[in-house]
Amino acid sequence: MPAENSKNQNNVVATRWIYDPKVRGIIFQAVAVACVAWMLFYFISNALHNMETRGIATGFAFLENRASFGIAQTLISYSEDDTYGRAFIIGLLNTLLVSVIGIIFATALGFLVGIARLSKNWLLSRAAAVYIEIFRNIPLLLQIFFWYFCVLRNLPAPRQSMSLGDAFFLNVRGLSIPAPVIESGFSFVVGAFIVAIIAIVVLRKWAKKRQYLTGQIFPVFYSGLGLLIGLPLLTFLFSGMPLHWELPELKGFNFRGGFTIIPELFSLAVALTIFTAASIAEIVRSGILSVSKGQVEAASALGLRGGLTLRFVIIPQAMRVIIPPLTSQFLNLVKNSSLATAVGYPDLVSVFMGSTLNQTGQAVEIIAMTMAVYLTISLVTSALMNMYNAKNALVER
Amino acid sequence: MVVYREQPSLPSPAGQSSVAAWLRKNMFSSWLNSIVSLALLYVLIPQLWSLIHWAFISADWFGDNRDQCVSGGACWVFITNRLNLFIYGFYPESEHWRVNWVYALTALQVAALLYPKTPHKTILTGIFFIVYPFVVFYLLYGGAFGLEVVETHKWGGLMLTLLLGIVGTLAALPIGIVLALGRRSEMPMIRALSVVFIEFWRAVPLITVLFMASVMLPLFLSGEVNMDKLLRAMIGIILFESAYVAEVIRGGLQAIPKGQYEAAKALGLNYWKSMGLIIMPQALKITIPSLVNTFIELFKDTSLVTIIGLFDLLAVAKAGLSDPAWLGYSTEAYAFIALVFWVFCFGMSRYSMYLENLLHTGHKR
Repeated sequence: MPAENSKNQNNVVATRWIYDPKVRGIIFQAVAVACVAWMLFYFISNALHNMETRGIATGFAFLENRASFGIAQTLISYSEDDTYGRAFIIGLLNTLLVSVIGIIFATALGFLVGIARLSKNWLLSRAAAVYIEIFRNIPLLLQIFFWYFCVLRNLPAPRQSMSLGDAFFLNVRGLSIPAPVIESGFSFVVGAFIVAIIAIVVLRKWAKKRQYLTGQIFPVFYSGLGLLIGLPLLTFLFSGMPLHWELPELKGFNFRGGFTIIPELFSLAVALTIFTAASIAEIVRSGILSVSKGQVEAASALGLRGGLTLRFVIIPQAMRVIIPPLTSQFLNLVKNSSLATAVGYPDLVSVFMGSTLNQTGQAVEIIAMTMAVYLTISLVTSALMNMYNAKNALVER
Repeated sequence: MVVYREQPSLPSPAGQSSVAAWLRKNMFSSWLNSIVSLALLYVLIPQLWSLIHWAFISADWFGDNRDQCVSGGACWVFITNRLNLFIYGFYPESEHWRVNWVYALTALQVAALLYPKTPHKTILTGIFFIVYPFVVFYLLYGGAFGLEVVETHKWGGLMLTLLLGIVGTLAALPIGIVLALGRRSEMPMIRALSVVFIEFWRAVPLITVLFMASVMLPLFLSGEVNMDKLLRAMIGIILFESAYVAEVIRGGLQAIPKGQYEAAKALGLNYWKSMGLIIMPQALKITIPSLVNTFIELFKDTSLVTIIGLFDLLAVAKAGLSDPAWLGYSTEAYAFIALVFWVFCFGMSRYSMYLENLLHTGHKR
């Protein structure tokens, strides 16, 4: 009996390590890493082999080659003689351009609609709800097609343009708007603008300190607004108005001068704005609703007026709920701007993964570069977001 | 003796229940409100009227060609004439019954699963994940049981759109669960691999994923494997979707109180048992509304396969528009597609709201 017992114990000792969670964990992880590594190796070796047999060049040397395709809209100078690397930059800038336009307008429209959704006016709140439900539930690509093929294609020819004053013209070739022409001396205005911003920061600090010490409130918002507008305006006037607007003019069959927003950009920006604004409106609505009624009642019990309640009680608490999903909507918008390729707006995907890929055939490098751009934008934004969250998270006991 | 006699209820005070009172309260309660209401009415009514006029009153519905469109409104002839193309794609007409069966089976399955009081849901779910895909595959593709093979390039229209959405979700769900568990695992390497996978797919746009699947995937596999275009798109969609599903499920896992994990451990359950029996059932239950929302997003995003040349609902519309016999009816085509997508997405979003209410058994405000 004792002999058997000790034998059993030996067995247990011998097999115990396999039940040790630590050992198991290490084995499990080693197996997982080995599988992933094997898969990567398999893919990469296959890719190298396949590219060799198909005669596809590897490496990033192609970025120095001549691109030889034109791009409809460029923010910086570009011609067919420029390199693929330059085309990459052009595409990236165009992606950023449409993203920034979309983010600005979608945020403004989204906040408006979200607040309208909460209005006591039945008609207004219903209209906002209908807007949200319609545009949130239709694919973005379809909306882009709609704006591009149904609306903008049916606009009048340049000669019959719809116009607003002598400055804005809308026709089938796009929207022509006046372009600012900067003359020497404008840098003073920019300088004044920067000075105004610094002044506002200082003013805010001083006003806060004064309020803590004396309880007196200084109207920072209005004085700040005055500084922000007044200081650059005064400089502008005194430096002899170093800026004039170049109006678009009809010459022959098209508009010359000014700045023309091509229909591709226009339809993409409109569709992105309307689509994203619907989601933003819902975020804003749920953010405002998340502030409990007791908070408002407590604020009025403390004697805060409506505007102050909004500023000190509702908005800070609502923003804590709104900002994280809002940033992810912004990221969605940036990613969705890649649908540009469907209507031919020269964004990163269209220029680089479209034209450049077709000409060079270097799929791996090109797709990796394009994805890296989006990955960088996304990771940087979420890093900033995490910092914001850490700073503003509710401190709980 | 005083006998209690029930008095008839009095009418509510005058001027509180009439239409006028409702209007005064909800639309004209103040000067500003009145102005807003009137402005909205002034803008919306003519627009709405012209829309109704265009879409219904002066529209043409049936016919063989564009000459039937004479009344100046919407020309729905374009749609009704091509309805088969929109529903079945280029699927051979003699085999349409197979697609009809798939539609019917899918509708039945989904309805049974969505209705909260269906009995034997576990078995049904099992069937949905294990049996249903095979049935659908053999019905659509054929090649067995005496069914003729229908190549995937003939698949299209609503059928393809639904297929991409459902396959994407069905396949992404298990992968997403594994990834979510991986991301919350205590093993650093597993966690790192999951985080990298999830963050990568979430950071890139679907269109680049689809391009990658159609251009790069063939390079990654050894030369003999010749992959179907639809299959490649599906793989891209599944990888992309699984990252989103993983994040949703991780949210559900985080919402389960720590006590549940500890109780499972105290019962002596190992990791898989405690996950499978205690944590996952609760986590999945509370994530269903968000899962439906990610499914809506995916369903809308399936329209992107148009760009890589698959023939989904949107592509059918686009192709119809380039037909010289039907030039110029893009508005009708897009309006119709938009309506189809809208009905599906809106229905699902209402369902997810209804579920949320059902699951919201805590304190309601």
